[in-house]
Amino acid sequence: MEVFLQQLINGLTLGSIYGLIAIGYTMVFGIIGMVNFAHGDVFMLSAFIALILFLALQQFLGIDALGASFVVVMIVSMALTGLWNFVIERLAYRRLRGSFRLAPLISAIGMSIFLSNFVYVAQGPRNKSAPPMFGEVIKLTSGGSYDVTLSYKQILIVVVTIVLLAAFWFVVQKTPLGRAQRACEQDAKMAALLGIDVNRTIAATFVIGAALAAVAGVLYMLYYGVVNAADGFVPGVKAFTAAVLGGIGSIPGAVLGGLLIGLIETFWSAYFSADYKDVAAFSILAITLIFMPTGLLGRPEVEKV
Amino acid sequence: MTTLLRVEHLSMRFGGLMAVDDLSFDVRRGDITALIGPNGAGKTTVFNCITGFYKPTSGRIAMSPQGAIDGARLDALTRSGARGGGGLYLLERMPDHEITREARVARTFQNIRLFAGMTALENLVVAQHKPLMRASLFSLAGLVGAPSFRAAEQAAKDKARMWLDRIGLTRRADDPAGALPYGDQRRLEIARAMCADPVLLCLDEPAAGLNPKESADLNALLRSIRADGTSLLLIEHDMSVVMEISDHVVVLDYGRKIADGAPAQIRSDPSVIAAYLGVPDEEVAAVEQEIGA
Amino acid sequence: MAGATQPGPPASGRPGNGPNAGWKPVAPALADAARYGLIAGALAFPILALRAEPDFSNKLVLQPRWSWMLFAALGAFLIRLVFALAPARAARPKPTAAEAPSAGARTATKAFAAFGLGIIVAWPFIVLLTLGPSGALKWIDNYGIQILIYVMLGWGLNIVVGLAGLLDLGYVAFYAVGAYAYALLATNYGVSFWLCLPLAGILAAFWGILLGFPVLRLRGDYLAIVTLAFGEIIRVVLVNFSALTNGDAGIASIPRVTFFGLPFVAGPKGFAAWFGIPFSPIHRVVFLYYLILILALVTNLVTLRLRRLPIGRAWEALREDEIACRSLGLDTTKIKLTAFSLGAMFGGFAGAFFAVRQGFVSPSSFNFVESATILAIVVLGGRGSQIGVAAAAIAIVGGSELLRELDFLKQVFGDNFDPTQYRMLLVGLAMVVMMNWRPRGFVSSRSPTIFLGERRAISADLVQEGRG
Repeated sequence: MEVFLQQLINGLTLGSIYGLIAIGYTMVFGIIGMVNFAHGDVFMLSAFIALILFLALQQFLGIDALGASFVVVMIVSMALTGLWNFVIERLAYRRLRGSFRLAPLISAIGMSIFLSNFVYVAQGPRNKSAPPMFGEVIKLTSGGSYDVTLSYKQILIVVVTIVLLAAFWFVVQKTPLGRAQRACEQDAKMAALLGIDVNRTIAATFVIGAALAAVAGVLYMLYYGVVNAADGFVPGVKAFTAAVLGGIGSIPGAVLGGLLIGLIETFWSAYFSADYKDVAAFSILAITLIFMPTGLLGRPEVEKV
Repeated sequence: MTTLLRVEHLSMRFGGLMAVDDLSFDVRRGDITALIGPNGAGKTTVFNCITGFYKPTSGRIAMSPQGAIDGARLDALTRSGARGGGGLYLLERMPDHEITREARVARTFQNIRLFAGMTALENLVVAQHKPLMRASLFSLAGLVGAPSFRAAEQAAKDKARMWLDRIGLTRRADDPAGALPYGDQRRLEIARAMCADPVLLCLDEPAAGLNPKESADLNALLRSIRADGTSLLLIEHDMSVVMEISDHVVVLDYGRKIADGAPAQIRSDPSVIAAYLGVPDEEVAAVEQEIGA
Repeated sequence: MAGATQPGPPASGRPGNGPNAGWKPVAPALADAARYGLIAGALAFPILALRAEPDFSNKLVLQPRWSWMLFAALGAFLIRLVFALAPARAARPKPTAAEAPSAGARTATKAFAAFGLGIIVAWPFIVLLTLGPSGALKWIDNYGIQILIYVMLGWGLNIVVGLAGLLDLGYVAFYAVGAYAYALLATNYGVSFWLCLPLAGILAAFWGILLGFPVLRLRGDYLAIVTLAFGEIIRVVLVNFSALTNGDAGIASIPRVTFFGLPFVAGPKGFAAWFGIPFSPIHRVVFLYYLILILALVTNLVTLRLRRLPIGRAWEALREDEIACRSLGLDTTKIKLTAFSLGAMFGGFAGAFFAVRQGFVSPSSFNFVESATILAIVVLGGRGSQIGVAAAAIAIVGGSELLRELDFLKQVFGDNFDPTQYRMLLVGLAMVVMMNWRPRGFVSSRSPTIFLGERRAISADLVQEGRG
């Protein structure tokens, strides 16, 4: 029972991070029908940006107040990662929109390879261990065979995720930008005819997706305390799995899928084998696509004959 | 005349929408049967059920490529749970490609579905996949270039050429299908379906978008196909085509059959007039005719 | 794809009212370039300008490198300035069906292919004669064998992606199956390479059927992602199933290739002694070169042959329109499976060859980047074109091998500078640039498989790319 509760907490924390990344996949797929392969590497890049900003605040400005620097780091990394993704969309994908289907995919794969190697070259191949932050834990149960703990980090991660998702939900549902996004998702050509700037809407989608990935990156860096240039691929694929599991194109689905993948992964590691936890995630991806291609909350796709 | 295809109590539900509701009708051998009805009446859904692209919610679709449909044998087959036997097939139990191969029903599509990047000739040869595949011994004889395969390939080419002659496209045999004018594409799609050797040819709005001359050519082509022994089932909006060439008309409205009979009979059926026009308003009729509704 | 429209030119930095020809005014170009420089500077700010390095107590310390950031900003500024000032090119007219290559162009292509094949066949001797045995080794091995492996893999994947229009991002899995099949059979049971080669192909084809059966009804990007997942699963299993595969450490001392039983060793029983020539390690490399050349050519020949058979036409029809195929009585699942497993088989052959060439296999040789590279070769070559794929393999693999030659830069930037780090960076960038430059690949027209009058190439505008 204690193990179960602990894994539930860990899984929800991890799932929040996956959910935040998954939104970027699902939004881009929804609006231009493309699997943005580089999204996982954008996430990894943001974790690095966050780490460096933390260190810079500490070492150059002497700011040690964790709360204040956390807020600053969060905002600056969201902005910078958004700018990165804006430039990536502009340079690598925009010209290929509406072209052969494979061309944007290959371009995105190339961008993914570029980004991970760019960070590798810029920051070196070694793991970077962040200074410990928010390390305190609350003991939820004690006296049993096993103490169930809830760390401040975990609380922070879940709270930040909820707050940002609420803000994001507001943007998508209530603002003109969100309306334009949903219109482009339905029919880009029609949206353009009605005076919506499709290019700008798509660019905004990439920026928002990257900003959420940046939040995930900051939280990931906090949670694990270690980042590496190769860390983009596997979390990226898992977040994509989450998006697919939730029903690609559906934003609540992405969050739900993220939580599920996080839970599955932690429970699998705890009860079966940590070595094969990636196999579990990838198998879920395959099984979902084969038996439930529209995911949990996706719209069913009727084959037009 | 014997019954070739029998649709019985066919229903197809999409979520809350009953696209086809308890529909029954017969297609007789040697007939041109027309399936008509206003937009959204469920005609294409019926086609998709017959050709296996949709699995009907309930109902039975029996096809007898050679003989006639016999009620007792049909019931025995239904009870046996098999897909087909003794020259009788239950289409709702078969996957689409088997319907074409075994039950010998071929179709065309409302939005033309040619292999746009392949030549007209290639389109017709692909349709003869089954005999060619057998002749190539699943590619083994073909890989070594066995004479028996070459002969089969020549035969397929000859057959394709015969069809190109019939639809007047011989000159454009080596042009990509996607580059052909619209009317030619329509005829090529029909020829391609015929190359699959069907007993029943289902055409989904073959005259849509054709000019009067092309439409007349099409009527002649369809008649000649019937004369060669292939029965036709067609969805059509163009009443002049329907009245001119069909032997038997089935009228659908909101997924239900509202009339069934000879063209002359249908023309004067009050329920058909009401379904098509809603109210007896000449203006609506004119508008609807114009937009091809 | 959803966003097919691009209403109007992007607002940034295109003086729309200026004359199209001739040099553009300098001031707006400067402003534009300055904006690009600023953005590049901002992007470079934390990640390039500050490097986090652990100090002696393993605490991360930032080392400022503001010059890097400055270089990035300056580079973006200059590149943009050149582009902004360069005379605008007249808009290229879209190629139409009428402009598809004529018969004359086709004979030219054929002549070029024959010439290229001649060079490839003579390649080991050309370099041997010009560089001598020691200098030639690298050119036969890195630039010959390495490229030919990818040509073969590209041709194998081309059956799946180019002909049948199925997107496979996990092709490397079959390459791994072939490589491990030979490695395990040879090290555990001493089975000879010549027996393992067909076995590896059959095993890979079997895996192709096994993996393909459940997933082939998926379409487009979904199929791509599931194949990627399978590729990764196979890799993770290779890493963790140590009892069989020895995990990350891999399998070493795999028996080397023999000349149909004669080992390439010095001594009386070796190849050199049998033929009465002095022993040289180059014999084995030259033999490997011709072996992979023959394997690749067999792949090509079989593909070209199959394309003209009903099965090949069914593949292409499937790529053009799957629903139409089904309406014509084609069993699309079976047709997809044949393409998938045949592609897998050639991947398996290539894998066995890889194992015998390296003498060592480990999971790290079969990661996702390999799959991506092979797919990039097929896409850049122009899906379906055999010559295009070969050209793309030479460009991508040869190009990335050339990047290994950047060692001289160490003398410029000091010993800490490791040029191989930049190799993958440039490969990724090249993939982006090439896709933006030629989204349809090098050769995009299609040649009909059967004809009545004359065979005319079909323009790429009409050829579909498949949704599967």
